[in-house]
Formats: sequence, C-alpha cells, structure tokens
Amino acid sequence: MSSWIHKTAAEQADALAAGEVTSVELVQAHLDQIAATNDGPDGLNSFLHVDAEGALVQAKASDERRAEGQPLHPLDGVPIAIKDVLATKGLPTTAGSKILEGWVPPYDGTVTAKIRAAGLPILGKTNMDEFAMGSANENSAYGPVRNPWDRTRIPGGSGGGSAAAVAAFQAPLAIGSDTGGSIRQPGAMTGTVGVKPTYGSVSRYGVIALANSLDQLGPCTRTVLDAALLQELIGGHDPLDSTSVPGKLEGLVEAARSGAAGDLSGVRIGIVTELQGDAWSAPVVERFDEAIEVLRGLGAEITEVSLPSFVHAMAAYYLILPAECSSNLAKFDAMRYGLRVTPDGSPSAEEVMRVSRDAGFGDEVKRRILIGTYALSSGYYDAYYGQAQKIRTLIIEDFKKAFESVDLLVSPTAPTTAWALGEKTDDPLANYLQDLATIPANLAGVPGISVPSGTSSADGLPTGIQFLAPVLEDARLYRVGAALEAALTERWGGRIVPSSYAQEGE
Amino acid sequence: MSTRELVDFDEVVEKFDPAMGLEIHVELNTNTKMFCGCPTAFGAEPNTQVCPTCLGLPGAMPVVNGKAVESAIRIGLALNCEIAEWCRFARKNYFYPDMPKNFQTSQYDEPIAFDGYLDVDVEGETFRIGIERAHMEEDTGKSTHVGGSDGRIHGADYSLVDYNRAGIPLIEIVTKPILGTGDKAPLVAKAYVAAIRDLIVALGVSDARMDQGSIRADVNLSLAPKGSDVLGTRSETKNVNSLRSVERAVRYEMSRHAGILLSGGSVLQETRHFHENDGTTSSGREKSDAEDYRYFPEPDLVPVAPSREWVEQLRATLPENPAKKRARLQQEWGFSDLEMRDTVGAGALDLVEQTVAAGAAPQAARKWWLTELARRANDAGVELAELSVTPAQVAEVQALVDAKTINDKLARQVFDGLLAGEGTPEEIVAARGLAVVSDDGALSAAVDKAIAENPDVADKIRDGKVAAAGALIGSVMKEMRGQADAARVRELILEKLA
Repeated sequence: MSSWIHKTAAEQADALAAGEVTSVELVQAHLDQIAATNDGPDGLNSFLHVDAEGALVQAKASDERRAEGQPLHPLDGVPIAIKDVLATKGLPTTAGSKILEGWVPPYDGTVTAKIRAAGLPILGKTNMDEFAMGSANENSAYGPVRNPWDRTRIPGGSGGGSAAAVAAFQAPLAIGSDTGGSIRQPGAMTGTVGVKPTYGSVSRYGVIALANSLDQLGPCTRTVLDAALLQELIGGHDPLDSTSVPGKLEGLVEAARSGAAGDLSGVRIGIVTELQGDAWSAPVVERFDEAIEVLRGLGAEITEVSLPSFVHAMAAYYLILPAECSSNLAKFDAMRYGLRVTPDGSPSAEEVMRVSRDAGFGDEVKRRILIGTYALSSGYYDAYYGQAQKIRTLIIEDFKKAFESVDLLVSPTAPTTAWALGEKTDDPLANYLQDLATIPANLAGVPGISVPSGTSSADGLPTGIQFLAPVLEDARLYRVGAALEAALTERWGGRIVPSSYAQEGE
Repeated sequence: MSTRELVDFDEVVEKFDPAMGLEIHVELNTNTKMFCGCPTAFGAEPNTQVCPTCLGLPGAMPVVNGKAVESAIRIGLALNCEIAEWCRFARKNYFYPDMPKNFQTSQYDEPIAFDGYLDVDVEGETFRIGIERAHMEEDTGKSTHVGGSDGRIHGADYSLVDYNRAGIPLIEIVTKPILGTGDKAPLVAKAYVAAIRDLIVALGVSDARMDQGSIRADVNLSLAPKGSDVLGTRSETKNVNSLRSVERAVRYEMSRHAGILLSGGSVLQETRHFHENDGTTSSGREKSDAEDYRYFPEPDLVPVAPSREWVEQLRATLPENPAKKRARLQQEWGFSDLEMRDTVGAGALDLVEQTVAAGAAPQAARKWWLTELARRANDAGVELAELSVTPAQVAEVQALVDAKTINDKLARQVFDGLLAGEGTPEEIVAARGLAVVSDDGALSAAVDKAIAENPDVADKIRDGKVAAAGALIGSVMKEMRGQADAARVRELILEKLA
C-alpha cells in the first residue's frame, strides 16, 4: 500500500478524482500520523485540537458527493489543518492563549467557511505562539512545537504548528497567518513552502487579530503548486472584511504549473542589498547563493537593488504591531468569554479584568501590550506611532521604486536555521531579528513566498529563500517559486524531508 | 467635598461670563447597526440583536453602514458644515464592561463634517452657534446596575449588560465654545438643542426621542470673571435628557460654579450627573489627565471618501431649515407669534401645513388641530400626529363646513366618526345624518314655532333689537338637533319679523 500522507495535496486530489483512494482513507491516514507523532514527551505538539470525528464525517460526506459525481472543488476531500488563530465554529479556538482556553466560536471565519464550502475535511487546529507573537513557537500557552527535522529544535513561529504539521506529514495543507513572517519563517525552518499573499487578497474575517494592518492568512504546504491551489481556494473579496481587495487573484495555479517547466528567461530578480551581511549565517548564505545560480541558469536576470528604508523596518514594525495589538487584546477582559479569574472578596469588574488578564496573558503578550499602550499614549503618539507610519510609507515607496527595475525581489527567508528549544527564550530581541527579511512585505502589503533552498552544511537543517512581488502580483511568486523548486528537487534527487517522518526507502 | 452656596442667577450673570459647549449624540434610525447587520429596533429582549461583530467576539470585523454615512453627511450639510473629502474612523480605547471591544470605534481628528453653524432665536435675538464637528461613532451597550442605592455601578450587587444597543450608529455634534450669551445662556442652550432636534426630525434621520435616549445632550459649562478672555475650568454634565433639563442644568451649573469661585475655590474638571427630580447635578468620575484614550486610526476599516457628486446629491435632499420654514409659514398663514408658538409647541406645524396644502384655510386648520383634535389626542394619551385623523380628512371636514353642509358643531361629530373608523367625512355625514338642514320649508316651520313659543323675544326683534335673534336661533337649532343652517335661520327670522 502506498503511503497517502507522503503525497502532495495535488496528488491526493488526483487520486481522489481517479478513485484510487477515498477521503475517509486519506483523513484516517493523517489522523493516524497525528496520533503517532503529536503527543507524548517527544511529540511534535503541532496540533492543539484534533477533530477526528468531525473530519471523518466531512470525509464521508465528501466521498458521497464524489460518488454522485458532484465534488465541490478539485481539493474536495483533501484534509487540511487550520492555525488556531482562525475562528472555526464548533471547534475550540485559542490563538495559543490561556485567556481563550475552552472558547468555542459560534461562527466561522470567512476562510473557514470557504474551506468547508469546498469540502476539505478539517483535521484540527494547529499550535502557535500566543496571539501569533513569536518566531519560535515557544510563546504558546500550550507548550512549544518541536521541529520535525530535529525535535530538540524550534520550528519557527508564530505558525510553528502549521509548518511542522505539513513537514511531518500530519496534513498536506495548512492555513497559516503572517504578520511579520509567521508563515514564511517557519516554512524556512521546516523545509516547507509558505506564502503570505497580497494584503487584502484573503479575508481576515475570523482571524483573531494580532496587528490588523499587517495580518494576512496564507497557505502552508510542501510544494509550490499545493500553495497555489490553496491560495486560490481561500482568496477573493469578502464583504465582511472592508480591507479586502476587490475581485480575486486568478492564475496562481497556472503560474505554478507553467513555472515548474523551468524557463525564467526575461524575469528580472533583484537581490536586496539591505538583506545581506553579518546577520546572515554562512550556511544560509551558501544555500542562497547556490539558489541564485540556479535561477540564473533558468534564464533569470539577477541584479542587486537597494531598498534603503528596510533598515528601519524592524523599528517601525515593533511600534505599529504593539500599538494595534494593545488595542485588539483589550477585548479579552473576562466579561463575555474566555478565562475569568475572580479574586476573593467582592471584587469590582475592573479588578476581575485586571486579575484575569494577568493570569491569562503570557509574558510576550504583556510586553507588547505595554509597548503598544505606551506608543499610543498622549504625548508619545507622534514620536512613535506617527514616525513608524512615516517609515512605513517610505518602505512602500522603496518597493515601488525597486519594482520599476525588477519583477521580483529575493533574499534568504531567515538569517539562521532552527535553534535549540530554550536557547533564545530569554532574549526577545534575538527572536525579533529572525523576521528581518520578512517584515518589510507586511509593512508594504506586498506578497511573499518562502521555498526550501536546501539544508545547512553545518547542521543539516533546512534553509529557505524568499521572493517578494508587487501588490497583487502573487502569480509571479508561484512562477519563480515553482521553477526554483523544480530545479532544486531535480538537483537533490527528490524533495528534502525530515528523515524520521520520511516514507520508507526515501 | 463641602457644599457651597448656590449663587442667585442674577448675581452670577452680573459677575461672570458663561462659556458653554454642547455635545449632542443623535442615534440614527438606520435599519441596521453602524458596523454590522444587526437590527436596531428599540425595546427588543436584551441581547437578541447581537452578532460576533457587535459583541466584539475574537476575529469579527466591522463594515461601515453606508446609510449611516449618508445620514452623517446630511446632518453635516444641514449644519452648514464642510464635508471631509477623506476621513477615517479611530479607536477610542478605554475599559468598560458595556464596551464589547474595550474600544469605541469613533472618529478623532478626521470627522466626516466640520466647521459649520446653526442659528437659534431666543426672545427675538439670533445667536449663531458654531459647530466644531459632527462625527460618526457606535453606541455602547446599556448597563443596568442592580442593588445599591442609586443605580450606579458603585455599590451595586451586580450589573446586567444589554448589547442590543452596542453598535447603534451615533452622530456626535460638538459645538465650538458658545460665548457672549450672558443671562440667556440657559435659554440659548435649550434653544440650540431644540433646533438640533427639529433639524433631525426634518431630516428624518433619527426617531429624535429624547425620552428614549435617541438624542442625548452633554453640557459643558465654565465661568470666567466678567470681561476676562480666559476660559474657566469646565464641568461636563452628562446625558441631559429633555429640553427643560438642558436649561435647568446650565442654570444650576452656573450657580454652582459661581458659588465655588466667589468663595475662592476652584472648579474641578469633572463629569457630573444631572438629577431630573430636583434639577441639581452631582459629581461623577473625575476627568483628569489619567484619561488617555490612545486614539489611533481603525486599521480594520478603509477611509471614508464621499465623492463631491454624492455630497451634492445629498445636499439636494436637504429639507428647508426648520427655523426658516417656520418664519416663512407664519408669514404665509398670517399667524400671530402666539398662534405660531402654540402650533409648533403642539407638534402641529407639519399637520397644519399638510391640511392647508389639502385646501383648508390656515386658521381653520390651526383651529381644528389645536382645539378639537389636540383635546382628543390628550384624552387618548397620544401624540397629535398619532391620531387616526389625517390632514387630508381635516381639510375635507373644513370643506364641508365651508360648503355649509355641516357646521362646526356637527364637524365634531364627524371627527368622532373618523376616529371610530366609520369612513370618509362625507360617508360619516351621510351615515350619521349630520347634514345641515337648509330646506326653507322645514326651517320655516321651525322658525314659526320658535316665534310662537317666544313672543317676548319676537317683539324685541320687531322693535329693532336684532341681537335678540340669537335666542330664537338657539331655539330653532335645538328643535332641529343642531342640524340647521344657522345663517339661513337668522335670515328667515329677520324676514318674518321685519
């Protein structure tokens, strides 16, 4: 029997269409993998909640539709995992926080609704840094996620759960959210593909907001084609999200398929000057340089471009994000839902709020609430939030200017490979620096993709390469990403996978 | 805090200049809430008109109600404001259990309408009230504090929150400082709120019921020593919920401030609560620098950018300014000031206007609405406009009177019929047999009878005392059960006794 879980989402969809497998079999295979790998002292902890029963019911319904010749979507019946940041009716949604422990949303986020409407069985909810704050998934109130490549290592964050689930064949598809790199950086750390679509091209309705002006849902997959299939499924205008762009991005799957043919002649790719230097570890740069040569070999025109305002991106990001999140998280006050801690005596509502928030939020969340509250306070607003918005404008201008001379920008996704669990937990700044290359895309709203660039010659862990495209030009990411993926896979003699989860013989 | 003497109002205005600022919240009558599709109907069971967005559930997002934006622009235009070409919503951050998100989505430094004015008349003098801004925001939920002495949160046993009100669209209208009103300050404040209410009614954008809280006024007041150009410290009296209360609150605060200032104290900048029962105010929460709302642009909403074309289209829908309209109608109708004031006061202006438009003479229209129908509305405990009699029907009744088919007395019975739903005035006249008798045969017999029964009166008339005819007319009317044409009766009497 072939191992269904090791197939890509596109292959699973094809097998369903060809009648070689049922959705129930696919879902069961993934549930088995989750059961075997998720829990226990050595488990990945990538899932916070597994809905075996629900997923099987949905799979059965999918099989029935297919038997009647009426599948809802090409991916109907292919299982998926959803980051715990997105509201799922009837399924617990915690955003990785104690303050939402046990909360079951009475409604579906728009992307959840689209997934259900397309008939993809939902396996469960994936672990994440609390309220998506982190680059290592160590800020989850429900314990860290382990990296399938080395279970003593972090998987990246904040979407460590979705990336690890996909890398460890617990799910072929997963939804992530990317506010400063939370889809792309874990993708790089786990040898998977992660895409942050153009801001507004995928609805945020139902996403527990970290920073509304930066957040974006996107696909976490093992291949570029799978990511394209998933983005086309979840994208499109949503009247419930005022910031969503009109229309729907088309041609992503087509771009991935044609890109895989490998011809990049005439495509101009700019290496970002500001995303090079000492901060980037030698093994990461080594794989990056190698990938650049591959791209050149495929016909791409490689140049170097400077985006000078990038040096201020981190500073601006860590003012805008805390400002927005300090306000977003105010709603968690123990009055209507979530954790409530009632002190002894007859406490006032204000005391209950204070004590509950103190008990429910982790340190990183409190840190950012404090920073954001300070940055927005009267007398400091102009100096902090106001200045940060100006930098944001400059970064947008930098992108516009750069895209006059190149079609895409490229950099390593993250400066290093995955580090050891616990190694940097006491050093928030070291964590923040992980997002050096990914943050500018969120500030400007442009789309970005991370694809595997290989494994480090030093520690054997995966490295990633990131492409950025102009707003609404997500198709370019898929074309170039698929071309590079195809060339590198050929060079490696197959995709890179974590050995403990690989199919026998791989 | 020690209580200080209230200062007599005359002494206050002799020694101080009042400065006022009025903030009026208008609840719009849109079918749905400001940022979600929940219904806005008043009086539903608590927490039945709610959804993820207006409950502030994690992940839910707002979408701006276009109708509310339209109403905001129309209010702005009616207040002679500029309409922003581009403006944003902002979050006003503070914690309170009736605020689902612990921030209120409002507007801060980019209001939809700004820099306007409204003229109000007080005792023949016109005051131009500067409008600083009119902005859009959402209402909070409604807290009910159970137990404790005064229904306030402190000392309550527990509190209930109804989120049906959370997210109802509000327009907040803020004046510029109102200066130079002197002893007329309380009346100017009242007249301003009344003018806003009239404007809102004319625009049709709100139920405009102060008693239900659909218009709520906050009164900011400070005093400065006479002639000083430095404003004093202000107090903010919240939720003053009737026109009379607005006047009383200003008057009370002026006396209270003066008491503090004259005894060498300083006024505390604070929120105050107005008490309807005795017209006083008491200290609410202190408003200090500690209150920092950390405003910033709402990142979940895109800017509102009304096109100039749309604004001009909306300008074309504006009703006539109520004050100007009143002046025009008074002129056209030839009403005295008193008649006009009574008409407006009775809420009969539109009814009279429509009745006149349907063909009745203005004085006749006024007479029916302000006497006969006002009395019936009063008896039934309803507003005049809520009576089941329409202006067109009143005009029809008057037309029957003008045609001498009925007289005023019979007309009252026609109104009875109308209120009882017996059909059109003509049908009622026919069905109840109310038509005046002007058939000379029948009248002549009745007149002869009256003359025969009242020989003394008949003699007086024969002697030229024509005024005595009234007694005979009364006699005939009684005989005819009111259904005689009095003028014809008079003619017949005079003919017969000539």
